[in-house]
Amino acid sequence: MPASTQTEKSLAQEKIMADQKIASTEKMPATPPSSAPASQVMLNADADANVGGATKMKATNVNLHYGTKHALKAVNADFTERTITALIGPSGCGKSTFLRCLNRMNDLIESCKVEGDIVLDGENIYARGVDVVQLRQRVGMVFQKPNPFPMTIWDNIAYGPRLRGIKNKAMLNDIVEESLRSSALWEEVKDDLKKSALGLSGGQQQRLCIARALATKPEVLLMDEPCSALDPISTLKIEELMRELRSQYTIIIVTHNMQQAARCSDKTAFFLLGELVEVDSSAQMFTHPKDKRTEDYITGRFG
Amino acid sequence: MAVAQPSPSTVSSRVKPLPPISKSLMTRRKGANQLMWALCILSTALAIIPLLLVLYYVTIQGVKVLNLDFFTQVQKPMGEAGGGMKHAIFGTMMMVGIASCIGLPIGILGGIFLSEFGNNRLAFYVRFAADVLNGIPSIVIGVFVYAVAVLPVSKATNGNVSFSAWAGGLALGIMMIPTIMRTTEEIVKLVPSSLREGALALGDTRWHSTFKIVLGAAKGGVITGILLAIARVSGETAPLLFTALGNNFFNSDPKQPTASLPVTIYTFATSADDGWNALAWGGAFVLVAMILVLSIAARYATQSKQ
Repeated sequence: MPASTQTEKSLAQEKIMADQKIASTEKMPATPPSSAPASQVMLNADADANVGGATKMKATNVNLHYGTKHALKAVNADFTERTITALIGPSGCGKSTFLRCLNRMNDLIESCKVEGDIVLDGENIYARGVDVVQLRQRVGMVFQKPNPFPMTIWDNIAYGPRLRGIKNKAMLNDIVEESLRSSALWEEVKDDLKKSALGLSGGQQQRLCIARALATKPEVLLMDEPCSALDPISTLKIEELMRELRSQYTIIIVTHNMQQAARCSDKTAFFLLGELVEVDSSAQMFTHPKDKRTEDYITGRFG
Repeated sequence: MAVAQPSPSTVSSRVKPLPPISKSLMTRRKGANQLMWALCILSTALAIIPLLLVLYYVTIQGVKVLNLDFFTQVQKPMGEAGGGMKHAIFGTMMMVGIASCIGLPIGILGGIFLSEFGNNRLAFYVRFAADVLNGIPSIVIGVFVYAVAVLPVSKATNGNVSFSAWAGGLALGIMMIPTIMRTTEEIVKLVPSSLREGALALGDTRWHSTFKIVLGAAKGGVITGILLAIARVSGETAPLLFTALGNNFFNSDPKQPTASLPVTIYTFATSADDGWNALAWGGAFVLVAMILVLSIAARYATQSKQ
């Protein structure tokens, strides 16, 4: 199967290039897994160092119905803290739907019914009496198309903290600066904080939305195809951003772009027609997928 | 070669070739074309002419009377020249202000309700009711407010308070509600749901995100609706006849009968005094100018926000 090894090699090469960039800032673990072939040594290096942490969120037997349509079928997944997990799959497979379950954004859709448990730090977020507002401050979300509010940049970032009741101007200024620095936008906008957010470019708007989500200091950051509406340079900047954020946040990203998933994530989950087909560390998934359907998707036979 | 073609002998042989284009047909066609265009342009002109004539005549007659006295004095006794309509201008402003206090909250909140929760049966009936209310003749609303707000209050206060600016404002406010409600609903519906989702994803409550984000984005359109409603309502005469009645003197007490521009114009125009007739023209000019300014401001508000 020459085609598949070609794809594997190119994915592996991209992962190596990406990892080399951050190799200087992160330490390499002591010994690479002995069973992995030589070309994959750098691939696994950072991923394995993180994959074995505590579970931050866990989905158990999640079923979702849009009216009569059974959109998610018995999905079981867990997300380790301080890792990046990518959800991949063809269009309409349910990955965005599943992502929106994690911060209960599907509650906004009337015909939507969710069964099963999703647990954040040991507490079921679908239990009775759970404050959805609080949940969403702990589990932030960045959307596919940048959606800055029609206000100044400063007001956009300060929106979340103000909801929490923070009124002190000095504190808010600090939070705005810290969030903009975290999303690598500070240098570009520090003199224009009072300008309208709508005047920024697409890539800047998306980084603004990331900064806005980070301002509430969430524990988990959900990203729904954050780069799909952006040019390649902005995409690169945001991928770098994600790797830096990994040390503090648990990131779950839905992406259509398999190369992106291979480059950025520690774990990957493959969805197909509402089912979670396979979950594995990214290195394993993209080189030795266990399920035939996964292999077909990754090698481009469909999707 | 898989699809079977109809054999040439069936259809094509029956269809004769088209005749050459005749000159007379083309001339007739071109002539009809020109005629229709001319009729369209003529109709447009006929539609605009009344507006231009009204503006022209009101301006010519009205500007003659406009001076500082017009805005600072009430009318002089019959037979004397000069005077003004300060009481009518102030009265209109006061009653439109009262009307706005009633019409704005109900209209805006109602419009938000319809756009947020607007898919059920109740919303359908509310919209229908608003549309019917919009079509009710203004005199009927005036009589209604008379029966509901003037008579009972008069009985309760032994005739001390009967016709009042409150009642006039109430009648005008009722008329403002449907316009503001429907405009708000349409504009709020246009705000993309991604903005609302963005706010909710930050941990916002539904009502706060609606008011801060959605309404903020819809500001321009809502202001347009308000200005148009005010423009419409300031020129209404019939609802004020039985509610605010009218007053020949300056009055700033909302519990008393109050003059208003439309009613005062009517009173002065139908009087026998030439001075008062002239003042009526001045009042008409001020009213038309006010409505023109509001309408232009409404357009400007939409465009600058967009």
